[in-house]
Amino acid sequence: MGDILRQTYQPKSNSFIGQPIERVEDLRFLRGRGTYVADVEVQNELHAVIFRSPVAHGRITHLDVGAAASLPGVAAVITCKDIGEVPIIPLRQQVFDEGIPYLQSVIAVDKVRYVGEPVAVVLAETAAIAEDALELIEFDVEELPVVVTTQAAATDRQLLFEESGTNCPIVMTASKGDAEKAFASAPYTRRESFSVQRHFALPMETRGLLAVWDEAEEQLTVHGATKVIFFNRALLAKMLGLSNDRVEMIEVDVGGAFGARGEFYPEDFLIPFAARHTGRPVRWIEDRRENLMAMNHAREMDAEIEIACELDGTVIGLRGNINVDIGAYVRTNGFTAPRNVAQFCSGPYDIANIALDASVFMTNKTPAGTYRGPGRFEASFFMERLLHLAAQDLGIDQAEIRRKNLIPEAKMPFKMARMAHVDPSSETECDGGAYGEVFDRCLEEFGWEEKQHLQGKLIDGRYHGIGLGCFVEGGAAGPREGVRMRLESDGSVIVNVGSSAVGQGLQTILGQIAADGLGLPMERISVRHGSTSLVKEGFGSFHSRSTVMGGSAVHNACIEMMQRIREKAALRFGCSAEAIEILDGKARHKGASLDFAALAGEGLEVELSFPNSKHTYSYGAHAAHVAVDPATGHVEILKYQTVEDVGRVINPATLHGQVLGSACQGFGSVFLEEIIYDENGQLLTGTLADYLIPTSTDFRGVDSVSLGLRPCPNNPLGAKGAGEGGLIAVGGTLANAIAAALSSFDVKPHHLPLTPRRIWHLINDSKKSGFAAQAQANSTDARTGQ
Amino acid sequence: MKLPEFEYRSPATLSEVIALLVAADGEAKLLSGGQSLMPMLAFRMATPTVLVDLRKVEGLDAIEINGDVRLGARVRWCDIEKDQRLATAHPLLQEAVRHIAHYQIRNSGTVGGSLAHADPAAEFPALAVACGAVISTVAANGSRTVAAEDFFLGPLVTVLEPDEIITGITFPAWKAGRRFGFQEFARRRGDFAIAGAIVHYDIDAGGRMADVHVGAFGLGDTPIRLQVAESLLDGQQPTAELFERVATAATEDVEIQDDIHADAEYRRSLLGTMLMRALQSSSRSGD
Amino acid sequence: MMQIGITINNVSYEREVPARTTLADFIRGLPGLTGTHVACEHGVCGACTVVVDGAAVRSCLMLAAQAEGRQIETVESLAGDGELSPLQSAFRKHHALQCGFCTSGILMTMHALLRGEPDVDEERVREVLSGNLCRCTGYQPIVDAVMEAKQSYG
Repeated sequence: MGDILRQTYQPKSNSFIGQPIERVEDLRFLRGRGTYVADVEVQNELHAVIFRSPVAHGRITHLDVGAAASLPGVAAVITCKDIGEVPIIPLRQQVFDEGIPYLQSVIAVDKVRYVGEPVAVVLAETAAIAEDALELIEFDVEELPVVVTTQAAATDRQLLFEESGTNCPIVMTASKGDAEKAFASAPYTRRESFSVQRHFALPMETRGLLAVWDEAEEQLTVHGATKVIFFNRALLAKMLGLSNDRVEMIEVDVGGAFGARGEFYPEDFLIPFAARHTGRPVRWIEDRRENLMAMNHAREMDAEIEIACELDGTVIGLRGNINVDIGAYVRTNGFTAPRNVAQFCSGPYDIANIALDASVFMTNKTPAGTYRGPGRFEASFFMERLLHLAAQDLGIDQAEIRRKNLIPEAKMPFKMARMAHVDPSSETECDGGAYGEVFDRCLEEFGWEEKQHLQGKLIDGRYHGIGLGCFVEGGAAGPREGVRMRLESDGSVIVNVGSSAVGQGLQTILGQIAADGLGLPMERISVRHGSTSLVKEGFGSFHSRSTVMGGSAVHNACIEMMQRIREKAALRFGCSAEAIEILDGKARHKGASLDFAALAGEGLEVELSFPNSKHTYSYGAHAAHVAVDPATGHVEILKYQTVEDVGRVINPATLHGQVLGSACQGFGSVFLEEIIYDENGQLLTGTLADYLIPTSTDFRGVDSVSLGLRPCPNNPLGAKGAGEGGLIAVGGTLANAIAAALSSFDVKPHHLPLTPRRIWHLINDSKKSGFAAQAQANSTDARTGQ
Repeated sequence: MKLPEFEYRSPATLSEVIALLVAADGEAKLLSGGQSLMPMLAFRMATPTVLVDLRKVEGLDAIEINGDVRLGARVRWCDIEKDQRLATAHPLLQEAVRHIAHYQIRNSGTVGGSLAHADPAAEFPALAVACGAVISTVAANGSRTVAAEDFFLGPLVTVLEPDEIITGITFPAWKAGRRFGFQEFARRRGDFAIAGAIVHYDIDAGGRMADVHVGAFGLGDTPIRLQVAESLLDGQQPTAELFERVATAATEDVEIQDDIHADAEYRRSLLGTMLMRALQSSSRSGD
Repeated sequence: MMQIGITINNVSYEREVPARTTLADFIRGLPGLTGTHVACEHGVCGACTVVVDGAAVRSCLMLAAQAEGRQIETVESLAGDGELSPLQSAFRKHHALQCGFCTSGILMTMHALLRGEPDVDEERVREVLSGNLCRCTGYQPIVDAVMEAKQSYG
């Protein structure tokens, strides 16, 4: 059986894999018949609204919910007193003891540490009445000084967690070779400061849960779970003192996740608890104002990073410190972005000596977690800017310096920097790939050579520039994924997977894989996903793993299913299993054939897990052409090109969609999106008129090419996780294009977002100080010769 | 973000409307298009005891053109876009409306609602001030007219009394051959302006600019007329060089605020750029 | 509480609801009409867009009471008898949706646009679409789908 499981996918002329199959999920979405958690019907429900701290930091001195609870239509108001021993939400990824003092209780007990922290839960006949009741809750806090920057946090003058003694739970160190030695002897070094702003996933559907407690059966059912359902189920069961089989989590349709939805939040305990507490189903639908202050924030980092090179542009060292602002608590995946930014700062480049620290700081702001390409987007921004500057300083062509430093295929698999904190990902390696070839393809598609003459030119009042960036995209985190495949007596096939559907077309993609694996048309196959009742064990969708992990599990299940069918047919035909040929849903032997349905009996079932300990690395390059209006600071993207090798393209249409969508999010990160707090920890961007995401008129001109050039050697499909690559290199690529456009002003676009105002100031401050002064400043950061 | 409780009334006449406003003693809100009011209710920034819906009140939705252009308070942006008479009767009005919000909002949002809401970054109040329009109102003690430049007192604050309702706004007649320009800078299309400029002027027999109107908005408090710009332009030949000179000079002493979208220095420069571009584009307008 | 009668997709509904009920919540409270989605409740994202007397409107910015006696069309009205409309088919063909949450609002906005202006160009489509937020697709596939579908509105 071991050999069967290592059978790799072989494309055939009529494969579904590789075809732009129209999505099966579209039919219900287009008709308005999707079932998102707000659409699930239930009888006798209560609506929950969360009372959240209006103050960023303080000790709770008074909490009286009596008046709220007495409002007609209010069934109950839950506070920590009703819960008793208040559970604490643990780490799920990068699980290190250093996080323990900083974990969040599911409800505030004695302190509040951010505006938006849950303090009480109002349960009423309607959401409107519950919101009315919020205003009747008496809440007083002895305010404490508020910490809103990593600089302030680092002084430890005001602690968020007094017993811990510091606001810095952990420093995550990535190292390779001997950075100190490399920098000491390097002929060229340059150090720069960067920052990325706080922003977040903002999916179009806010969060929501519907919890139903069956007292007689002692059974809890929770709708609205996603991403990591099995982990969350086990955690919730433990928190409620139930065994796993008493808790069922059901995934319904999900309106986007991008890494932020589906982690275990306080509400994931509070709503099921409320259902059991009141004995009625409880529905909570987050409103947008809440979502802006309660869904995981992301990306806020400031960094000082130094590059060391030979005079021919070979990068020999990378070192520095990144301060990561993760807000008031360590969330389930709060340490993931810090680890990533350190480990992946080198990106797709072969850099022999690395010493990078990611220092994590607590501040009185909404806690941060992962958002598409966590830490990787930030890292790529830092790296690509430094490469661009090094190329300029050393007089080397921008394309040439990248070609020179990209990891050569001969060195694959290639180890990334090693993390000092040891967990399954402390060591990871790029699996394989023709990085240089794909990079050249990007230059060609973009027209890099042909556009050179535009660099820094003023045309019709705007400065033009082109820029580059390369990336790797890690995917397919282990340890396993589960599938349970059933051949029904009518010849149809049901594929149950532990993967979650979050809008990425999972049902269609896994359907394609199953259709190829079984040689059946897609209409005979239905894919069910996510819910805990479907498979024994599942791990979910994150780190771009579903196609590789779920897909490989499906692929392997097909192989085993085909073998079972052969064995059954062999018994019927009186021959050996090897003599059976399977074609078009029939088992054949010497002219006779039997339909799958005839062989299925009461149903044939295969259940297995696909294990994987090696990450996959999609890789590629971006190129951008921008025009900057110096009078307003507005930047227009005239052309944006991405090229990526994903190992094996399962569905080119959905993949293309992922690239376009993630590139657009990247543009939002660079130009529009910013979560802003004032010095009191009050959230100033509290509406969608303040927190700006891209609309249809903001960005256009994106072209993408996705290749299945070098199949991944570590899974039977040869596929690599994809879906974040469209975003990862966007920051550096655009910043480089803008810097090139404004080369006559010598600006440093090193702080995101590059809003019109910020760009205008970069140009005007440069004008004011005079270019000579600017060149002087640069020379203190860059050393050559010696 | 469910709405707070209120009593809902939809009377059929203006006098009933006013009676309701009087009875509520300042705690009532008028519902016209709802595009500005509803979000305020959703955030519970407004909690009126009574919501008075104007949808059954007749006679407030006409566009009358008798030389001057009178818009009833309940005229919607889409009505202005679709009225072909306005292409000649007031092309600047149509141009400005094209910048307001988005397609769906233009199907509901009204002239009266926008004026009463008085957002300093909104296009229509700015247009009213720039053009010297006159706003008509009616209250318990009778009707009055207020010049647009006297109507707006501050951000979201107007001269309207609690029992007073806008019935319409009258724009002065548009002269044939009049030139105009409208430029605003917003983060995204349809967003409120960070800075905007509106200009219109006539060309006299000697080819010089006359009756110059220059308005600015998005600056912080209320939309304003830029008198310095107007006096610098009046009587001059409209040249690119003049426009550039005036755009910079005119914005030097304007009071401008910082906010999360822009600091004063940037905003001031942006206003100058918008003014220059509005003037430059004006050369291509008129006949 | 008030008694409100609204016609939705040619079916009359009479319900007693609190006066503060928005049109969006009124619609969603009716059986089989959860296709209209609520995503911001302050009139910015467009997910709740329905057609009222032929015009695209943000249903979260309208009270149910204001829709009394008016004709509402929601996304459920587009597909006839199980068949996707040409606009819906074009969306599927061009992969103009991923998570699907913004899709109903965009379909109704574009449906109203194409009925009113069947000869739109790409600029106009983008301009009108700018009032609807989508986080998944990057918008280009939606524009492509609408440009293809417009021929069936001519």
